[in-house]
Amino acid sequence: MLVGKKESTMDRVNRGLARRYRRERWFRLFGLSAIVTSVCFIGLLFVSIGANGWSAFQQTEILLDIHFDTEQFDVDNLSTANYGALVKNSMQTLFPDVAGRSEKRELSKLVSSGAPYILQKMVMQDTGIIGSSQKIWLPADDEVDMFQKGYILRDVMEGDRRLSDKQIGWIDQLFAEGRLEKKFNSTFFTAGDSREPELAGIRGAVAGSLFTLAVTLVLSFPIGVATAVYLEEFAPRNRWTDLVEVNINNLAAVPSIVFGLLGLAVFLNVFGMPRSAPLVGGLVLTLMTLPTIIIASRASLKSVPPSIREAALGVGASKMQAITHHILPLAMPGMMTGTIIGMAQALGETAPLLMIGMVAFIVDVPTAVTDPATVLPVQIYLWADSPERAFVERTSAAIMVLLAFLISMNAMAVFLRRKFERRW
Amino acid sequence: MESMSAVLKSGGALFSGAEGVIQAQVRQEDKTPREDRLTVGLPFVDDARMTCRGVSVFYGEKHAINNVSIDVGRNQVLAMIGPSGCGKSTFLRCLNRMNDTVEGCRVVGDIQLDNLNIYDRSVDVVPLRAQVGMVFQKPNPFPKSIYDNVAYGPKIHGLASSRAELDEVVESSLKKAGLWNEVSDRLDQPGTGLSGGQQQRLCIARAIAVRPEVILMDEPCSALDPIATATVEDLISELQEHYTIVIVTHNMQQAARVSQRTAYFHLGDLIEVGSTDRIFTNPRHRLTEDYITGRFG
Ligand SMILES: Nc1ncnc2c1ncn2[C@@H]1O[C@H](COP(=O)(O)OP(=O)(O)OP(=O)(O)O)[C@@H](O)[C@H]1O
Ligand SMILES: [Mg+2]
Repeated sequence: MLVGKKESTMDRVNRGLARRYRRERWFRLFGLSAIVTSVCFIGLLFVSIGANGWSAFQQTEILLDIHFDTEQFDVDNLSTANYGALVKNSMQTLFPDVAGRSEKRELSKLVSSGAPYILQKMVMQDTGIIGSSQKIWLPADDEVDMFQKGYILRDVMEGDRRLSDKQIGWIDQLFAEGRLEKKFNSTFFTAGDSREPELAGIRGAVAGSLFTLAVTLVLSFPIGVATAVYLEEFAPRNRWTDLVEVNINNLAAVPSIVFGLLGLAVFLNVFGMPRSAPLVGGLVLTLMTLPTIIIASRASLKSVPPSIREAALGVGASKMQAITHHILPLAMPGMMTGTIIGMAQALGETAPLLMIGMVAFIVDVPTAVTDPATVLPVQIYLWADSPERAFVERTSAAIMVLLAFLISMNAMAVFLRRKFERRW
Repeated sequence: MESMSAVLKSGGALFSGAEGVIQAQVRQEDKTPREDRLTVGLPFVDDARMTCRGVSVFYGEKHAINNVSIDVGRNQVLAMIGPSGCGKSTFLRCLNRMNDTVEGCRVVGDIQLDNLNIYDRSVDVVPLRAQVGMVFQKPNPFPKSIYDNVAYGPKIHGLASSRAELDEVVESSLKKAGLWNEVSDRLDQPGTGLSGGQQQRLCIARAIAVRPEVILMDEPCSALDPIATATVEDLISELQEHYTIVIVTHNMQQAARVSQRTAYFHLGDLIEVGSTDRIFTNPRHRLTEDYITGRFG
């Protein structure tokens, strides 16, 4: 210290000021870079999924002149008619010089093997078309689709690609005639699963997911809120409620597959509920989301200022009235946010559902909670496992749909929070 | 089980020798000798609405009110004064059992409303609080409309049979609280959007809308300007004709203006009670004199 020269307070403050600001700058820089990095990764994820998946929203189709020959149909039994022959014949008429069994088979392979079923459906709907000729767009086989989308390359050796030179020639000819086009893939949104990529859709999985989530919501929201209200407002503070609280927090951290095993052991084996059913899936996911909802609900109950409670009790409201009239409405946005976040978790959950058989190959779109079904993330898992190239893009497209659901659910949570946020 | 035995333990201790220990703790904070902390003046009246005998309040281990005995006269205003933290709010909250909601708070002694012990097992706190209304120290309107704030009490107690009747109760309550002119054109707006002083008057309107027989007011004017304060004081004088009022205040002029009797609290003890005129002109206890002459507090 210098003798005779005393530092003033301002001098000291100013000396430290630069260091204080530097720290603040560093902290801000750190935070900013963390955000930029995570945004980059999310961007990368979205771009790669989008780049892989967008082409799945289009599907190559072929325009055929189908002649519904009266001789082929038995009016009493329309479903047994040889619809495959109708498709083959129309391809034959387009390429009259194709001869020989194997060549003919190669030719008819250009059209999806599901085409006959489409024709069958048309006839069943309107028997009037029997005897007439119709121009119909039918889905091309997935290999043709992949070729059109550039995933099968021309300049690869013939033996190494899944289309022969002849088939490529026919495709080029069809394309030149305007009979082969990429169209919006509505099948992807309206069909259930299928072995044929061009016929596979997510409708079944989406319906399964919705049924499962509905069961989860209906069970977990009331139970979760009631539990939170009881624990927060009525339960005495003692060793038992501490134990309950610790266990609820533990449940939130239990790996979800454990809940799946529990569901398998209890719901399927003990209660004999149906396998692969959204009902059981919903029960299992309820076990998983309950802790999330309870914890969020308790936090939002705690955040209601005690003065509101006192005000209500002070004018003579009973405890239950104070809760239902004042505390619950104020805590509700927080509870709903917690519930939506829990639901979003449940929507993305795969492992526990594998345990209870929701991983089966199911073609039909489920119409009830007891129908066998699968869910979106499991569908993604199934497709990701399939060897066909066309399922790769469908996997990404399904992920895009799942992400869209998740984003809109989380956006709703934010919206609710903003809308009902109260200041007091 | 555990909490029960805890009550028994400290309860037993209270009635045995532990009282002296607690007193010793109090004395450490304050050098006034034990005998000087006994209540002087006239704590009891002939026509009592509420009677309190040997009331002590504990927050866990903390002894907040020590053996207070006092009467609240019928259709009178009792003012409670004393330095901050001396237990005025705590005592006030005993009178309608609001302390029940505070965890770890324990009240011993006897408090009667119209000769009925309000801490009796058979007493239901819901009608009790309708009978003994309260205005809190900090304004705490519900985050609902001004109308709903006032109408809430009458609604839950079924005091109004029709919408028109409810409208009337709301209007008269707001008028009595001196808020009607300011809010009559925006009854549907949130009560939390009012200024602090308006909020407090809204809370007064909410309390009197239930038409309680006893009104407890915890510093109702601490957030009000002189004009609003005058309104509330007029209201208190007006209410006094039909109601019994206990008011906590830090403003000695206010106590002198509105009350008939005044009680002076000091660190959990009731030091002096008497008619307001006497307390302010001729305090008998040294602590009271020190406080009202502004020597501390
Ligand atoms: N909930 C509580 N838990 C523990 N101690 C409390 C609680 N409420 C009040 N106390 C204590 O009890 C004593 C009396 O408090 P009280 O609020 O009654 O004081 P007061 O006289 O109203 O003061 P003020 O004039 O500042 O409002 C204080 O020492 C306070 O710290
Ligand atoms: Mg107080």
